[in-house]
Amino acid sequence: MVRILTEKKFCAVLGVIRVATIRLIVNNKPGELNVDPAMPLLWALREQLGLTGTKFGCGMALCGACTVHVDGNAVRSCVTPVGAVAGKRITTIEGLSTDRSHPVQQAWLQVQVPQCGYCQPGQMMSAAALLAVNANPSDSDIDDAMAGNLCRCGTYARIRKAIHVAAELARSAK
Amino acid sequence: MSSPRQRPLLLFTSAVVLTLLAGIAQLSPRASARGQTSAGNNEKSLLAFRAVASVLTSPRCLNCHTSSDGPLQGDDNHPHAMNVKRGVDGKGSPSLHCFACHQAENGKTLHSPPGAADWQLPPQKTPMAWKGLSMGELCRTLKDPAKNGNRSLPDLIPHMDTSLVRWAWNPGPGRTTPPLSRDEFVSRLKEWIETGAACPE
Repeated sequence: MVRILTEKKFCAVLGVIRVATIRLIVNNKPGELNVDPAMPLLWALREQLGLTGTKFGCGMALCGACTVHVDGNAVRSCVTPVGAVAGKRITTIEGLSTDRSHPVQQAWLQVQVPQCGYCQPGQMMSAAALLAVNANPSDSDIDDAMAGNLCRCGTYARIRKAIHVAAELARSAK
Repeated sequence: MSSPRQRPLLLFTSAVVLTLLAGIAQLSPRASARGQTSAGNNEKSLLAFRAVASVLTSPRCLNCHTSSDGPLQGDDNHPHAMNVKRGVDGKGSPSLHCFACHQAENGKTLHSPPGAADWQLPPQKTPMAWKGLSMGELCRTLKDPAKNGNRSLPDLIPHMDTSLVRWAWNPGPGRTTPPLSRDEFVSRLKEWIETGAACPE
């Protein structure tokens, strides 16, 4: 009996890893990756492109440590298949600015937000995404936007203060 | 003018056309929506609605069709972790959009985010909230364009074919499915509409 297998099932049966050419624009640089489209974007960034600023936390979109921007929106790169963001603009913590000039970076330094620091790239990317659409967020706006980013050191009060500082820096720069 | 030989054929054709028109009028969702239903159809319609409601009130539907300012989770309908909010358009708040975590497909592992294309809640303006409603209230909400996303009764059927609604029957590991199969659900929904879309008191 002849059975027609889909590509996916065929690959699963043979244990073959699919590879495809994925075009991405990472931190304003266009490039191509030859990877399994199901590979998490986080692995593509860290393992293929060497951008290790983005952190692995839970691997299940529960902690926010892996947050990057896709076309300006914050997403959890640990659950985002790289194939799903083909052709899109990815920004990682390394691409926020190259000279620490982004208001979020300046505010984080000014307020000395980090303690252990592990979650902070994700915190900063979420904060930057918030400020991109809300130039003057209230405490409530900040809580709503940042609730998906966990910090085991408990730096939440400093994060909130730094977002207000970043908003002020961005406004005064205009 | 018709000849005497043509008259029986003309009468027969007219009878067939009238019968067909009467049938179409009876089955027309518009006619049903106006409440033109017989007593027998009313009972049938109520039974069909109860079947439909058993799906609409399942956790897979209720967790987003809620009046709360954010989605719910699990079979016990607890508030979504991380204080996730509905947002104006139903797609979450800035930097915590639904699509930040929910992909086009389910996560493969237990407790990983479920996924479907266009994952979202109903928008703030028309939350289509069913949680806590009686059967009658749920029925009337479903029929009211001001509360159902500006849909006519026939418009409800294509909505059930969206990837987000279909997801309820493929919710990923660890999640229960609605009590009816999807085909049965859609069939009972059509039956409810075609029999006059009757609502319990």
